Amino acid sequence: MALTKEQIAQRIARELKQGFYVNLGIGIPTLVANYIPKGMDVVLQSENGLLGMGPFPLEGKEDADLINAGKQTITTVKGSVFFDSAMSFGMIRAGKVNLTVLGAMEVSDTGDIANWKIPGKMVKGMGGAMDLVASARNIIVAMMHTNPKGESKLLPACTLPLTGVRCVKKIVTDLAVLDITNDGFRLLERAPGVTVEEIRAKTAGRLVVAGEIPELQFS
Amino acid sequence: MNKVVAGPDVAVADITDGVTLMLGGFGLCGIPENCIAALVRKKVNDLTCISNNAGVDDFGIGLLLQQRQVKKMISSYVGENATFERQLLSGELAVELIPQGTLATRCLAAGYGMPAIYTPAGVGTEVGIGKELRNFDGKEYLLEMAFAADFAIVKAWKGDTMGNLIYRATARNFNPLMAMAGKITIAEVEELVPAGELDPDAIHTPGIYVHRIFEGSGYEKRIEQRTTRRD
Repeated sequence: MALTKEQIAQRIARELKQGFYVNLGIGIPTLVANYIPKGMDVVLQSENGLLGMGPFPLEGKEDADLINAGKQTITTVKGSVFFDSAMSFGMIRAGKVNLTVLGAMEVSDTGDIANWKIPGKMVKGMGGAMDLVASARNIIVAMMHTNPKGESKLLPACTLPLTGVRCVKKIVTDLAVLDITNDGFRLLERAPGVTVEEIRAKTAGRLVVAGEIPELQFS
Repeated sequence: MNKVVAGPDVAVADITDGVTLMLGGFGLCGIPENCIAALVRKKVNDLTCISNNAGVDDFGIGLLLQQRQVKKMISSYVGENATFERQLLSGELAVELIPQGTLATRCLAAGYGMPAIYTPAGVGTEVGIGKELRNFDGKEYLLEMAFAADFAIVKAWKGDTMGNLIYRATARNFNPLMAMAGKITIAEVEELVPAGELDPDAIHTPGIYVHRIFEGSGYEKRIEQRTTRRD
């Protein structure tokens, strides 16, 4: 069984540590906020200018001046702070944010990432993604293992315009958890019932499989 | 020292065809609604707009795009506007997409009197093409130039007659940076108070950066993605 988006987020949440400042991108990464372990202090950074992002507001409590990087209405939490966009990317560039989680269209086996442009089809822009991947100390990509056509998104080299070079550290897909090493993608865990052979077949880049690969467990 | 002007039409009166404008805001949050409306009324054309986003089809900078008043957008993300995408693909509109942090810091540099900055954002990507690359301590950085803008138009929550500004929540975003970066800076505020009423410790933008200020009216403050929870 491939992981659901919620399970991908749940798995990524296991990478969180006490005291982390974390930037969560749009899409699956946003869901990680739902799985922060109880009692762990994790502060969410929203790059439009907020540390201490809280949940969505109750209906009727929306504030047009209080949004996240996805332009969604949100709330603050105890200890929240606002700042301008230069300081926001200053703290990112200076390596103060411990973990960045973002989506991707393609990742290469050397850790390159492409997620902002499909030439001739989609021109939306990179937003803060290029700044984040160029500076974050730890970058986890959350994505599907294959695209809607069934083609691998884990490639020997990205075919789309790059967002950043040699920056991704870990990937959590619907099929597997993988690290980026000098020898390519290293398989760490597989989704329940998904075989190493299936992961191998759906990974176009170099794949290192060493020893027994445990199955992901969810309580 | 009194920088108060009567309203948005007076504030933008000397903005002419072909100038470069900075417009504060992130998405539709913290945008100078009154001045954008005045620019639409003024029918000024061939504008180069530096703004993180391009509004939506019928609000924000989207209103200027609808009237084909914009020649070029310099932004980090323009995904919310279909008019924009159509004009871009048809070649009516030029766009320069740059990383969000680079955009913010190029404003900051202008306001701090620095000609350029080095940033790692975009190294090894098409953003880096043609730019000076420099290695500091084993890591590569791109040289990015400070912006030069004829006018910066920003929106603040409160301001005083001397042009001191305070922003609210995430409506701050690019506003204080652009306020520092314009040759002429125009500020519209939700509440204008006499000088001396704002706490000097609480001011985000010192009035020295601001040339014109007025109290705006009829703020719509449209929400792009209204998202709520149940419990």
